[in-house]
Amino acid sequence: MAERVEPGTSDMRLRMAGVSKRFGATIALQDVTIEAAPGSVLALVGENGAGKSTLMKVLSGAIKPDAGKMWLDGQPYRPGNPLDARRAGVAMIYQELSLAPHLTVEENIMLGMEPSVLGIVRWNQVRRRAVEAIREFRNPELTPRARVSRLSVGSQQLVEIARALAIGCRVLVLDEPTSSLTRQDVERLFDIIDRLKEQGKAVVYISHFIEEVKRVADKITVLRDGRVAGNSDVASITTDQIIAQMVGRQVEDLYPRSKRYPGQVILDVEKLAGLEKPVSAGLKLRRGEVLGIAGLIGAGRTELLRCIFGLDPVRSGKIKLGLYTGPASPVKRWAQGAGILSEDRKEEGLALELSISDNMTLSRLEGFGPFGMVIPSRQDKAARRWIHKLGIRCRTPRQSVQSLSGGNQQRVALARLLQHGVDVLLLDEPTRGIDVAAKAVIYKLIDELACAHPPKAVLMVSSYLPELLGVCDRIAVMCRGRLGPTYDITEVDEHSLMTEATGQSSGLLTEETNK
Amino acid sequence: MTEEKLISQQAQIFEPNWKRWLNTLGPLLALLLVYGVIAVRAPSSFTTIRNLETIARQTTIVGMAALGMTLIIISGGIDLSVGSIVALSTAVIAWLLQKAGAGPLTAALGGVAAGALCGLMNGVLITALRVVPFIVTLGMMLVIRGTAIGIGNEQKIDVDIERLKWLDELMASLPKEQAWMLLPVGVWLLIIMAAAVAFLLRYTRLGRHIFAIGSNEETARLCGVSVWRVKVIVFMLGGAFAGLAGLMQFSRLTVGDPTVAKGLELDVIAAVVIGGGSLSGGEGSILGTIVGALIMTVIASGCTQMGVPIFWQQIITGVIIIVAVALDRLRHRRSA
Repeated sequence: MAERVEPGTSDMRLRMAGVSKRFGATIALQDVTIEAAPGSVLALVGENGAGKSTLMKVLSGAIKPDAGKMWLDGQPYRPGNPLDARRAGVAMIYQELSLAPHLTVEENIMLGMEPSVLGIVRWNQVRRRAVEAIREFRNPELTPRARVSRLSVGSQQLVEIARALAIGCRVLVLDEPTSSLTRQDVERLFDIIDRLKEQGKAVVYISHFIEEVKRVADKITVLRDGRVAGNSDVASITTDQIIAQMVGRQVEDLYPRSKRYPGQVILDVEKLAGLEKPVSAGLKLRRGEVLGIAGLIGAGRTELLRCIFGLDPVRSGKIKLGLYTGPASPVKRWAQGAGILSEDRKEEGLALELSISDNMTLSRLEGFGPFGMVIPSRQDKAARRWIHKLGIRCRTPRQSVQSLSGGNQQRVALARLLQHGVDVLLLDEPTRGIDVAAKAVIYKLIDELACAHPPKAVLMVSSYLPELLGVCDRIAVMCRGRLGPTYDITEVDEHSLMTEATGQSSGLLTEETNK
Repeated sequence: MTEEKLISQQAQIFEPNWKRWLNTLGPLLALLLVYGVIAVRAPSSFTTIRNLETIARQTTIVGMAALGMTLIIISGGIDLSVGSIVALSTAVIAWLLQKAGAGPLTAALGGVAAGALCGLMNGVLITALRVVPFIVTLGMMLVIRGTAIGIGNEQKIDVDIERLKWLDELMASLPKEQAWMLLPVGVWLLIIMAAAVAFLLRYTRLGRHIFAIGSNEETARLCGVSVWRVKVIVFMLGGAFAGLAGLMQFSRLTVGDPTVAKGLELDVIAAVVIGGGSLSGGEGSILGTIVGALIMTVIASGCTQMGVPIFWQQIITGVIIIVAVALDRLRHRRSA
């Protein structure tokens, strides 16, 4: 099934030329041209709203361009709908996986194209073809009969890739494939991408992580405001140049850092254990500082924040928040001056159908009218202040949150903590899946909070090490539910943090002596 | 995805205001349309003031129960035990009047309290056992109905006329000398209660919390909303309004009938849904619900006066439920 073609010696596997698309008065794409050779990886980067998703929707036949042409292996390609695209060999794998969780791996791989006779599925054939598709991955977790819901996210993604391979795809589009993967899964995915290249597939790789792009891609196309802002060999471009192309300006100070004056300890956690995770965690958070928690996904960092905030049950250990000792419910934590930002703004962080005002004020509805009344116009007034301060792009505070872009949604979620006026901010992946501009706003805000009068305390979980190193004053690493010692920012670098996060350093052993 | 949203966001700037008006007033326009169509076809008796009053009176029972159901549905729940609560309420009122010798006010409050108690049980079972409302209230539907039949000793409870006092006047057509009231007491009660619940939804913390829980329960929890407490209160209010609907039912029948109001819960849910309530929670309005209830009564009344057989009424109402929700979905797809 794999025809081997040397990159560069033949025509392009995929070519989209002069693609334009307008929505009403808005130009979503203007004269965009991209190419991917067989056996190569084309990275597509750009801020949210730059046009990546629209371009991929054109490629998958979900929307029709106003102008422009597409070719697959030199043949004109005009998909009428996503099914056409799949049949032509263009497979898309989105950030949100589209698997049926109750079905097995083999059922998912062959879903919609089960070989059958008179409507009766020929299971032996299903199995054979599924096994064929997953054999390549050499992943022990991936067996044909396994239920998809039992698999890790990384393995689920492989099931989707296997499905794409089973239909004989020529072009594979991966949209933010690593955003919810562990480090090992990311490496495994890169290996598989390398193997797909050997088979002559063209891979279009969309990502926010520029380091990752540089590791996996051959060519890189940068989109900005619906236009191609740059087109280069990965080997010949630096990260700074890529960022400059993305934002159209030099990002000099992505991580502002004012002089900070750490004060008294406001959150004191000792040997905290939850039902499963964390196993044991201790930390001291002071006013006027930003404490970062690094670690792999699944290390128990989210659970640590949730235990502190009373969202998950605490099995043992001590939590002291300000003057209050012991575990407490979220209701009490808000009253005690702590607030949490969820890592999952769609499922947990925000009520998407509700308005910006309602979302910002939900944790504290007092003070919006006499006799405990909540007067909507006063909520709006409070919301407008944060809309202005954080530069949220919206028409009105009454607009539902689901109509905002990811970056703006995250600002709304963060504004809730500001509106509440909390002293301790527990931020779980505050910049996940948002564009550089929104990230910059959030980094600046965190710095301002740490230097406010009186200064706030920020406990921040992130999987993105440059961000932690840029924003935090001190960092601790979590590994398999255990929180390691806290280091000053000057004592660590990406390498040492990653070593500890993967459980290879002595940090694990010294953890018990650290309180 | 994000571009799409940004774009639709920008497109909405140019969206005319009348569209948003249409969204809120949609059910009201539908009501006027249905009324207009029937008014043209039906005999002139349909458009008389007297018939309008009848329509108002006939809407009261479903409308009252639907106030509570609106709260429950906005919070993302459902209550199938409403019909049974209405029956229990009539039985309790009759029993208090006839067997316990209570006064009319005590009996009326007793009926409402019985409803509230049933709602409380619904709420506690749902939050404590973590069983979905559909199942809990399905079970409670039978439990409450059984209790009502037990109270009546498997019979209707008749009440002596002299014990009723004012209880039979709540839903009766107004006599001449009371014409200044415009509408019977029961209808006024519905209007006042509707205004109160609408106020609760819009201007109180509880109201905001109900919407938040229906929209995203996890978010509400994260924001420090005491989710279980709000749910228990909502189901209790739902039960109390069903109890009040039972009082109206009793006033109409002047007898405690444990077998009355079978299937009423479906009419009540239909009223909420026609009025724009979403069974997945987070959406709904009191105005919409009342209009939804009126639409169903107007159709019933019109069909009766035009001599349309009952089976057609049912078919038409069924079609309207589906069309109303389909239109609502269509609107959502556009604005999403």
